[in-house]
Amino acid sequence: MKREKEMDKRELEQILERYNRSQGQIIAILHEIQDLERYLPEDDLRFVAEKLNMPAPQIYHIATFYKAFSLKPKGRHICNVCMGTACHVRGAPLVLEELERKLGIKAGDTTPDMEYSITTVNCLGACALGPIMVVDGKYYGQMIPSKVKSVLEQTQKPIKGKKK
Amino acid sequence: MKRLSSLAELEKLRKKIVSKQKREKITIVTSVGTCGLARGAGEVADAIVKELKRNNLQNEVSLRTTGCHGFCEIEPIVVIYPEGILYQKVQAEDVKEIIFETVLKKKILEKFLYTDPLTGEKIAYEKEIPFYKKQYRLLLNNNHLIDPYKIEDYIALGGYSALGKALFKMKPEEIIDWVKRSGLRGRGGGGFPTGRKWESTRRAEGSLKYIICNGDEGDPGAFMDRSIMEGEPHSVLEGMIIGAYAISFGRAQAQGYIYVRHEYPLAVKNLTQAITQAKEYGFLGENILGSGFSFDIKINRGGGAFVCGESSALMRSLEGKAGEPRAKYVHATDKGLWDQPTNLNNVETWACVPEIINRGPEWFASIGTEGSKGTKVFSLVGKVNNTGLVEVPMGTKLREIVFDIGGGIRGGKKFKAIQTGGPSGGVIPEQLIDLPVDFDALTEVGSMMGSGGLIVMDENDCMVDVAQYFVKFLEEESCGKCVPCREGLRRMREIFERITSAKGTEQDLVLLEELGEAMKLGSLCGLGQTAPNPVLSTLKYFREEYEAHIREKKCPAGVCIELISYSIDPKKCTGCMLCAKNCPTGAAQGEKKKPHKIDKKLCIKCGICYDVCKFDAVKRG
Repeated sequence: MKREKEMDKRELEQILERYNRSQGQIIAILHEIQDLERYLPEDDLRFVAEKLNMPAPQIYHIATFYKAFSLKPKGRHICNVCMGTACHVRGAPLVLEELERKLGIKAGDTTPDMEYSITTVNCLGACALGPIMVVDGKYYGQMIPSKVKSVLEQTQKPIKGKKK
Repeated sequence: MKRLSSLAELEKLRKKIVSKQKREKITIVTSVGTCGLARGAGEVADAIVKELKRNNLQNEVSLRTTGCHGFCEIEPIVVIYPEGILYQKVQAEDVKEIIFETVLKKKILEKFLYTDPLTGEKIAYEKEIPFYKKQYRLLLNNNHLIDPYKIEDYIALGGYSALGKALFKMKPEEIIDWVKRSGLRGRGGGGFPTGRKWESTRRAEGSLKYIICNGDEGDPGAFMDRSIMEGEPHSVLEGMIIGAYAISFGRAQAQGYIYVRHEYPLAVKNLTQAITQAKEYGFLGENILGSGFSFDIKINRGGGAFVCGESSALMRSLEGKAGEPRAKYVHATDKGLWDQPTNLNNVETWACVPEIINRGPEWFASIGTEGSKGTKVFSLVGKVNNTGLVEVPMGTKLREIVFDIGGGIRGGKKFKAIQTGGPSGGVIPEQLIDLPVDFDALTEVGSMMGSGGLIVMDENDCMVDVAQYFVKFLEEESCGKCVPCREGLRRMREIFERITSAKGTEQDLVLLEELGEAMKLGSLCGLGQTAPNPVLSTLKYFREEYEAHIREKKCPAGVCIELISYSIDPKKCTGCMLCAKNCPTGAAQGEKKKPHKIDKKLCIKCGICYDVCKFDAVKRG
């Protein structure tokens, strides 16, 4: 849900204040915006550029260089699949494919109803649990393709486009 | 809490904490690092608190929640001291029984004990578990004794005594000399001698010097830095403060930064708390312990870019720029962060420093091999029984790590290879399993130490697929600044796509080798220069596997999707219909109690039938 524009700017001002309006802190500032919005809205980036006296393309460069940032809105539930080496050799690609099939979207995308996003991560550093999938901050270890369905069901929302 | 303003005050505080701790007789320890939490250790800890209260035991029994103990495989663990009884895979509902039987009645509950996968023997005591017993733990030794949120736990174990010694009893040059004599080399991958780096930074001209800790542990499969930052954050801070003093005191001001991976939220939290507490006690800030030396540390979160683990890219990221590396002819020790002299070391390197100051350089240099001193923490992951963090002296053989400590290969499969050094490293085949692991030996066989990830692979792992995995990984992570890395990886990926989809030719292998050599020579930073390692090492040791993909259009390990098919063994199939029920496309078909079949035209090779079959009837290959 989109919040009031005025609120947005006031919160943004507070974030900028916390980092002393320092250009050097731009990555931390973008992290904070993304924590609030779950992505980086263009409006916000333009506002930050103006206030920090930075060219907008420079901020765009940073926002697209770092994988943690997204310029596209994210869904209500974020399914993050670890693609680290240990997870890979234990079958992470098959888990990801099954998740993509179940949700009808590819990694990096969001379902049209804005319920689910699929993201991948290079390694969560919890290799003993591999393959790992993190849904809304909860870790699901030793994943196999056939477990994907029940994990999604635990988000307690009917899945759109689910195949029977 | 009072700010300490002399060494005497620190020692007085230490005595006070130790005498208070002695009064607590029984301690229950549970580890709440990332792995443990993911498996429910948080709930276990809550249940212990509740149960102690219910039994009115809060005064006799204390709970200590610590960082990771390194034996991820058996998390969540509960250890009961003073006996050191270790229970594995404990869940919240088990706590009641453990408190009642073991804590109150001193009875050992067999069902929670660890079983050695090699002998089948049940082991009750932490110190007798081979995984721990065969390690030499310097850096991980305290993780089970320290609640990372309590600086007092660290102080009780002698924490910050090395800092006291450095500030009051040693000159900066003497400290640098000790670190040089200890033979400490950078644990982040490069293996550069730490003391020499410190000396260069000290000598460099400039009124402000930056001291950086690289906590951007990006190698997939490596998590020792996470464990140290989460479990014993003060050892990193203490190392950095000593380093800052040695590098800057009397010559310049110093400012510290810790750059932590954005994927490690718990490490950020624990380090932030540690810095706050260190400031309150006066280990950080103005006039540290009344010595006249001032130093502060800030934490920066990364942005999820692998290349930022490269030192010059990390510094650009700290400046708020895109993390693109620069050529190394300008040394960071002269012109690093914001063009000031900068000393960057890895988490594990910093954590080694307090022990070197406490016990002396000769002691440290007595551990390890000729060219690599001290211990190294490896993260042993993949197809091995005992997944976890393994700390051993440099020069320990791979065989000892994988089999003696790691308990061998999962599911009785055959060992095939071990991948070291992350995407910059290579794959080491079975015939080199007796290789002593140190910086130089690994480089010699075409791999590298990297940050210390060891990924064990068995007969079901395809080496072409592993090489392809790293090429894809690096293609995505290449910053794109220089052509050999950016374009080389893209072309390599295309070649791999051909090979794994039965369109490869013999010429492709020659091309891969030529491309690899060009990337090694022509790339700007370490990422590009080492990027061909996974490809070249698998080509060197597993060429026949590449050839099988090309000549026979087969993946011998049964991994590459386009080259495999699923089938059902009619002799093993009981007709339970589980595969047919779960198959998303209706490819698995059959009647009840009659052998099923897979319609290859409908099969999308999702692997679900293989997972769900309880009779091992589904074949992949």
